[in-house]
Amino acid sequence: MSTSLVTARGLTKKFGDFVAVDAIDFDVAKGESFGLLGPNGAGKSTTMRIVGATSQRTSGDLTILGMDPEKFGPQIRAHLGVVPQQDNLDMNLSVSENLYIYGRYFGLSRKYLKTKIEELLEFAQLEEKRDAKVESLSGGMKRRLTIARGLVSEPEILMLDEPTTGLDPQARHILWDRLFRLKEQGVTLIITTHFMDEAEQLCDRLIVMDKGKIMAEGSPALLIKEYSTKEVLEIRFGSERNSSMANQLREMCERIEELPDRILLYHEDGEVLLEQIYSAGLHPKTSLVRRSSLEDVFLRLTGRTLVD
Amino acid sequence: MSTDNLRRGSLEIIDSKKIISRGSLYVAQARLTAMFKWIWMILAIAVANPVLYLLSIGVGVGAFIDKNAGPAGIDGVKYLTFLAPALLATSAIQGAIDESAFPTLEGFNWWKNFFGMNATPISGNQIATGVFLASFVRVVGTVVIYWFVMLAFGALESSKAWLAIPTAVMAGVAFGSITQAIAAQIKDDNIFFVIFNRFIVMPLFLFSGTFYPLSSMPVYLHWIGWISPLWHATELGRYLTYGHAMTRDMAIMHFAILLSLLVVGVTLSRRLFTKRLAK
Ligand SMILES: Nc1ncnc2c1ncn2[C@@H]1O[C@H](COP(=O)(O)OP(=O)(O)OP(=O)(O)O)[C@@H](O)[C@H]1O
Ligand SMILES: [Mg+2]
Repeated sequence: MSTSLVTARGLTKKFGDFVAVDAIDFDVAKGESFGLLGPNGAGKSTTMRIVGATSQRTSGDLTILGMDPEKFGPQIRAHLGVVPQQDNLDMNLSVSENLYIYGRYFGLSRKYLKTKIEELLEFAQLEEKRDAKVESLSGGMKRRLTIARGLVSEPEILMLDEPTTGLDPQARHILWDRLFRLKEQGVTLIITTHFMDEAEQLCDRLIVMDKGKIMAEGSPALLIKEYSTKEVLEIRFGSERNSSMANQLREMCERIEELPDRILLYHEDGEVLLEQIYSAGLHPKTSLVRRSSLEDVFLRLTGRTLVD
Repeated sequence: MSTDNLRRGSLEIIDSKKIISRGSLYVAQARLTAMFKWIWMILAIAVANPVLYLLSIGVGVGAFIDKNAGPAGIDGVKYLTFLAPALLATSAIQGAIDESAFPTLEGFNWWKNFFGMNATPISGNQIATGVFLASFVRVVGTVVIYWFVMLAFGALESSKAWLAIPTAVMAGVAFGSITQAIAAQIKDDNIFFVIFNRFIVMPLFLFSGTFYPLSSMPVYLHWIGWISPLWHATELGRYLTYGHAMTRDMAIMHFAILLSLLVVGVTLSRRLFTKRLAK
């Protein structure tokens, strides 16, 4: 018996002629925290909706919790907790009613929900808003409520599509803490995010997607090792001079990326590189040595930055 | 967060068989919870609507018509009595449209909460049915209140008059279910309401034998009556509330048409809800 909770082979989704997800293969193991990374329009949300057993795939094989979502949608969804990219709360209802009614959709009892709602309100820091209409909540509060709602059924697999977009740092850390605990308890996480620190913190393994295809797969550390150098030197000469300098710098390092406001130089040892640059008589306005991150992997694979 | 340790997990706490059999009731519960926030408004409309219409047109315009019609009256009765069954069915349809069109447009276009529901074990079929059931409850309430106002106005003459309640409800929910199916297809809802109200609801209201018998309209407009749930319910209502002449076959046919519209509307909306959610 395999321990894989999600198995996708040649998974494809077309909207008319447009191929949003292009024959991708991946597995998600039980208890794993699996990430999808990619620029806008890469097909992450589309993939999430298919794995969430709502959107129907165009072709390919897909098994979730041992079942085909085309035939056993409700049975699969009974064990998923879904936090969609766009909040889709019931605006007719109050904060606590949203949690209650959502719990009812899972057939959960009044008694269970009564205590569960208290716990979730506390987690989402919405105790004082319990009777407020959802419409009156701030964007971040709505987001917290949507996340809390996804936990009401104690799901086996929690699917979060850019969960922390719009959250303040404190709320983000509370969520991360919660997700770590859930993971410890054996919950499987599937996450998309635009935040590299989030991906590095939360994901055991991730796929980088672009234009519906998988560009790379592995743990954050492995991806960094494979697609980047140990360190990165970021330097600025001022926006007019950046590109003329880039040519001179190209030979000094393994790889170079020119961004509108700065130049990234990839090298095993950033300080050493900076010394060389000074001794070549070049004087950047600012310089910063840092370790490579997923951001660099991303840039290398897709030619794009994640957060501009 | 302390209760995290008590986590049992969905595999233990969820019974998906139960959801598969009762899901539409959960959806109806959500709709009714939302509706009850407006209960005073809904009740006020349900009472004010018949009182105002029956007074102004039934009694007011009626006095004028009855004087000119002579002792035979319209269809053998006072104008109020003639008009009331049509208004009863109209109010049922109006209520059903409110509870079908708005939740469907909200669910798919404005707030997208149907996509939220569908991420749970709830299916598209169950969402469609749940919305329908909640609308049904509202229509029954509206019609029963209307019927009692008619009673107070002395517009009910037959002992079968209570049967006008189920026929009006039937017309309402039949129309509502078709509205629901159409609304499920809509992406641009501004145009939807303009077209729907001006070119469908208004003409049906005006040309369904509401204010005068269909037979007194030019023949080339009769088809509007035939496709209109309102006309079928009005005819049945007149038969039931004051004994408007009707053969048994005609009565059965009116009923059968309403029933077919209902079956088509519900089947279609279930299918279209499912299709749209699976995109
Ligand atoms: N319902 C739809 N109909 C037509 N095209 C769609 C639909 N949903 C998504 N697409 C297209 O599929 C592509 C992938 O969209 P998707 O939402 O999956 O991207 P994403 O990776 O989640 O992007 P983002 O980071 O912006 O959320 C996009 O080009 C999008 O326009
Ligand atoms: Mg997305």
